[in-house]
Amino acid sequence: MITGSLLRRRSRMFVALLAVAVGATILSGLVTIYYDIPRQMGKEFRAYGANLIFVPSQNGSTISRIAVENASALIHGNMLGITPYRYESGKINEQPFMAAGTDMEGVKKTSPYWFVTGEWPTDDKSVLIGQKVADLIRLSTGSVFTFSGTDSAGTTFNRDYTVSGIVQTGGSEEEFIFMSIDELDNAMGTSNEIDVVECSVSAGEAELQNSADQINESVDGITARIVRRVAESEGTVLTKLQALVYLVTVVVLLLTMICVATTMMAVVIERRREIGLKKALGASNKSIIADFLGEGIFLGGCGGLLGSALGFAFAQAVSMNVFGRSISIQPLLIPITFVVSVAVTGIACMIPVKNAADVDPAIVLRGE
Amino acid sequence: MNLLEIKDISKIYGSVAALQNVSLSVEQGEWLAIMGPSGSGKSTMMNIIGCMDKPTGGSVFLDGVDISKESAKNLTIMRRDKIGLIFQQFHLINYLTALENVMVAQYYHSLPDEKEALAALERVGLKDRAKHLPSQLSGGEQQRVCIARALINYPMLILADEPTGNLDETNEKIVLDILTQLHKEGSTIIVVTHDPEVADEAQRTVVLEHGRVARIVKGNNVKGADI
Repeated sequence: MITGSLLRRRSRMFVALLAVAVGATILSGLVTIYYDIPRQMGKEFRAYGANLIFVPSQNGSTISRIAVENASALIHGNMLGITPYRYESGKINEQPFMAAGTDMEGVKKTSPYWFVTGEWPTDDKSVLIGQKVADLIRLSTGSVFTFSGTDSAGTTFNRDYTVSGIVQTGGSEEEFIFMSIDELDNAMGTSNEIDVVECSVSAGEAELQNSADQINESVDGITARIVRRVAESEGTVLTKLQALVYLVTVVVLLLTMICVATTMMAVVIERRREIGLKKALGASNKSIIADFLGEGIFLGGCGGLLGSALGFAFAQAVSMNVFGRSISIQPLLIPITFVVSVAVTGIACMIPVKNAADVDPAIVLRGE
Repeated sequence: MNLLEIKDISKIYGSVAALQNVSLSVEQGEWLAIMGPSGSGKSTMMNIIGCMDKPTGGSVFLDGVDISKESAKNLTIMRRDKIGLIFQQFHLINYLTALENVMVAQYYHSLPDEKEALAALERVGLKDRAKHLPSQLSGGEQQRVCIARALINYPMLILADEPTGNLDETNEKIVLDILTQLHKEGSTIIVVTHDPEVADEAQRTVVLEHGRVARIVKGNNVKGADI
């Protein structure tokens, strides 16, 4: 009887269900985005460079590779890239320059903003040079030059390198010559020495600080520092963005509530005679309340389940359009959306249900 | 034994007296008609007897219970357990079938029983229309569903408000035949009507005027009486 009555009123039920489902879809979608924003925006922010660096602790001049491995194991969050740098001075055509030994694959991950004209080095004899270096000694891609210096034993060396690419960053990187860290070690006769390590981690500021504190406590020879400029601006933007999504979610919830309340009020007005009849037949106020609240909660539940599925699709579409990446599903959101939809519908039904309970059968059933 | 005992009731709406010092008693198994022009207090009387309203003065005893003093909750229980209502406009729920409309009364009384509801429809000659919606039934058929609904919980008192008011002559006769049959089976019936032919079927007719009992006509003499 109940199923039949719901099916025969399907157009009205569909409107009410649609109101709840649309609200639940936006709610579920926005909450999915709300929780995925740090991950999505974190990836966007990583384009601005490293947010955590390791430098030698006060009593050491360099960092060992084993210390770097130990420290990176303590980092919370998703490590997107880690790049060691070793700096030595040398000369080209008797002009002093700084050479930086690094891991080119790491640089691509920690400094995706580098603009390289030409190619990235593929062997130890190929190097990247900064734009200022290229301008100063008039080198271009494919040029061969000799880099000379004094190794750790005090012996002078001269090594020939080919310029595979020229780096433009707008920063101090344009004054360096970048080669593989192993090649620089060979030239200098050193090994296992790193001056600074840049890490790009997808994590919040608090998480980064926690990692840094843990590294500083547990790993000898390393001081981990957050790159405040990046981490703080990232934190500020994230907080503002999350607050905006939160606000929109609350507004959507309120609008859904108003929409459901209006629909249910229309249902009550439309069914005043039916309510009066039921009361005349002996329905108590409790039964009338249970009928309408039950209907509202049923709609809330169905709308909530529908909204959870559609909400993920909505969040996915938003994420693909805004961030260009897929969003990760939050399974916990399904029961949360269901419960919130039921609660919102239940609250929205309060006034209409009160009106239904107040119907006076003697008035609405009055004969003409 | 009196099933209904009305003692000196009044109903005042602001400065308007809908009923004034009305006294009346209805025996178990009696068929009473209430007649009167518009504004005479028929509907108010019907609402008070039907436990949907309370008088501002006087007492109404239904099956020994003074319903003029009962709470709204208890009046609902009285209505559910003791009264079967038949309306001029039928008041069927339009999205429920004839059978389901009868079962609604069971639902609020005890438990829906499809077999019993079908039997009630069979009693009013509508078993084959059980699965039809009200919109698929004629006015007479809708009124018969309304009667089946009123009977389903075996009420002590059947209260009919203009039961033939919206029906043609053929359907009026069918409905009156059903009421006559119910009366023969021992049901107590109170019919509010404008129609002297309907009132003629009753054992007694109470004529209300300006909220007072103007006269009581016994037997089927209403058509001849000047009402």
